[in-house]
Amino acid sequence: MRKVAACFLAMVMLAGMIAFSACDGGETEEAETYKIGAVFAVTGFNSPLGEPEKQTAEMLEQQINDAGGIDGHQLDIIIYDTESDETKCLTSVKKLIEQDGVLAVIGPSSSGESLAILDTITQAEVPLVSCAASSKIVEPVDERYWVFKTPQSDTLAVGEIYAYLTDQGISKIALITDSGGYGSTGREQLVALADDWDMTIVADEKFGTQDTDMTSQLTSIRGTEAEAVICWGTNPGPSVIAQNMQALGMDLPLLNSHGIANKQFIDLAGDAANGVIFPAGKLLVADQLPDTDPQKEVLVSYKEGFEALYGEGTTNTFGGHAYDAIMMLVSALEEVGPDSAAIRDALENITEFPGTGGVFNMSATDHNGLSAGAFVLIEVVDGEWVWLQD
Amino acid sequence: MVTSQLVQYIVSGITMGSIYAIVGLGFTIIYSVTGIINFAQGEFVMLGAMIGFSLLGLGLPLAAAVVISVVLVTVVGIVFNLVAIQPARRASTIGLIIITIGGTLFIRALAGLYWGRDAVPLPAFTGEQSLRFLGAYIQPQSLWVIGVTLVLMAGVYVLLNRTLIGKALKAAAINRRAAALVGIDARRMSLISFGLAAALGAIGGLVMAPLSFASHDMGVMLGLKGFVAAAMGGFTGVWGVLLGGLGLGLAESFAAGYISSAYKDAIALLFLFAVLLIRARSLVAGEEGS
Repeated sequence: MRKVAACFLAMVMLAGMIAFSACDGGETEEAETYKIGAVFAVTGFNSPLGEPEKQTAEMLEQQINDAGGIDGHQLDIIIYDTESDETKCLTSVKKLIEQDGVLAVIGPSSSGESLAILDTITQAEVPLVSCAASSKIVEPVDERYWVFKTPQSDTLAVGEIYAYLTDQGISKIALITDSGGYGSTGREQLVALADDWDMTIVADEKFGTQDTDMTSQLTSIRGTEAEAVICWGTNPGPSVIAQNMQALGMDLPLLNSHGIANKQFIDLAGDAANGVIFPAGKLLVADQLPDTDPQKEVLVSYKEGFEALYGEGTTNTFGGHAYDAIMMLVSALEEVGPDSAAIRDALENITEFPGTGGVFNMSATDHNGLSAGAFVLIEVVDGEWVWLQD
Repeated sequence: MVTSQLVQYIVSGITMGSIYAIVGLGFTIIYSVTGIINFAQGEFVMLGAMIGFSLLGLGLPLAAAVVISVVLVTVVGIVFNLVAIQPARRASTIGLIIITIGGTLFIRALAGLYWGRDAVPLPAFTGEQSLRFLGAYIQPQSLWVIGVTLVLMAGVYVLLNRTLIGKALKAAAINRRAAALVGIDARRMSLISFGLAAALGAIGGLVMAPLSFASHDMGVMLGLKGFVAAAMGGFTGVWGVLLGGLGLGLAESFAAGYISSAYKDAIALLFLFAVLLIRARSLVAGEEGS
């Protein structure tokens, strides 16, 4: 049955091609289009991540094709919306691989979705460049042969936060983490690295991604000796926590993860956002970087391109993750052409590649390729991001 | 410190519980009059908050935005009844319940298209400066939530027990056929119950949104928890829902504070499970009674 359908499809496509070349005036040498798949959480609660990723992909596809494509091959990025749903994401990935026949897949937006598709990707032997942060996505590397990711790992973010707290002479911390995939892997890293930095975790609270009131958890935190609160989640949870802390009159320092690195956090939390400190890629403070920074050029050009299309102040690091994923794939495609296995090898050999998330140095043992310098600490001051220089 | 913690848990439990009670009251009114469990109740809450947000964005003063939003959502409730429920009134109760689920998805999707997927903030009615009470912090908006809940509960109680319309609604609730025989128009009662439930939902959404945020999908969890509150109250009477809502809110708050915040939503679902096990028979019996 499938064979019949395939034959039928092939005939339709052939007929289409003949018709197409006929109106093209009989042009025969049309370079094959390179097809890449993308799965982003364009709608649903992870849409603050997926929406800018989709916008970035559309912008890059346009830019690359306008500039003549990849070695004369047009680039076609097929984007599916996962609706922030792991099952939907898995179905879309299967569709990309089996029906659309893509060379590689970009995304998904969230860690939970990324973990959900690992087996499918590995079995299909198609390279995946994930746009989600959890280090579990690319570790252990020998089981993640086909999987790469562009966002900086939680480990780097945790290290950055602990280094800052140590500087401030703080050693007793309270955790409040999202119970979803992003928050729970972040929490694991916070717990795992605490001993290395002599941090004592005096409270370990959680909240649901959709929760609207966290005063109970914060009240228990206030009953402890905590000197700082570390929140790990994506909006709107962290904004609720910032507001609840203000309402409860808690003046402990509030640190967050790179999960709040978009303007939505400031819009939602309003006044309560001020004073919040979080690690994030340099994209947010691109203008404040010195010209000698190796990422400055790519950061500024991405930011200008994106804001020209989608409006002033819309750039965020999530779109940046998609930018890095696509640009690395494009560079691999330029190098080896349309062969999934060769693309994987080329991705693994990428070195000194300046992206928005940092300078990537992939290897057989590191499928993220970023090191400590990838993060900077940012403080919200009067509703603006300010680079906290050491 | 321990007392102040306890008081804080109670305050946030009562605040959230009041919201669940308002949402649950909408469920109760429609169920008792028509036998339908209207799953679109959570969407009325969302519409109230989101329309309020849009009106404030147009520069309207808060009071005007609240009133207009409640009126508009009431109209939505009535139109929903006219367009989706009335034409299918010969369908079984289960069929009608499934129609309300369809309505829920439809309204949520439209809201997502119109307002986008992001959460939006609403300003507190009267300032954000917290009050101190026995070592706990109370947001003025929490007092608004609790006060509005009590007023609504009392209002609905009076409406049902002291007015002709209320008595007609009650009569239709007790025995639809007998009510029809004495000249009570069941269709009109159904219409009124939807309008009333929509208005209650909208008010609930408007008073709670400043405490957290409003978003196109806020109706999902609120609808579920309001349903639990209504089920705990036995789907009858005002005070049962109030107790159900407060019980759920307090249980969640204590669970988050004393046991583990990871199990907060599990508590609500556990309540639902228990209630459905115990009450399933009476819910079905109510349906047969119609």
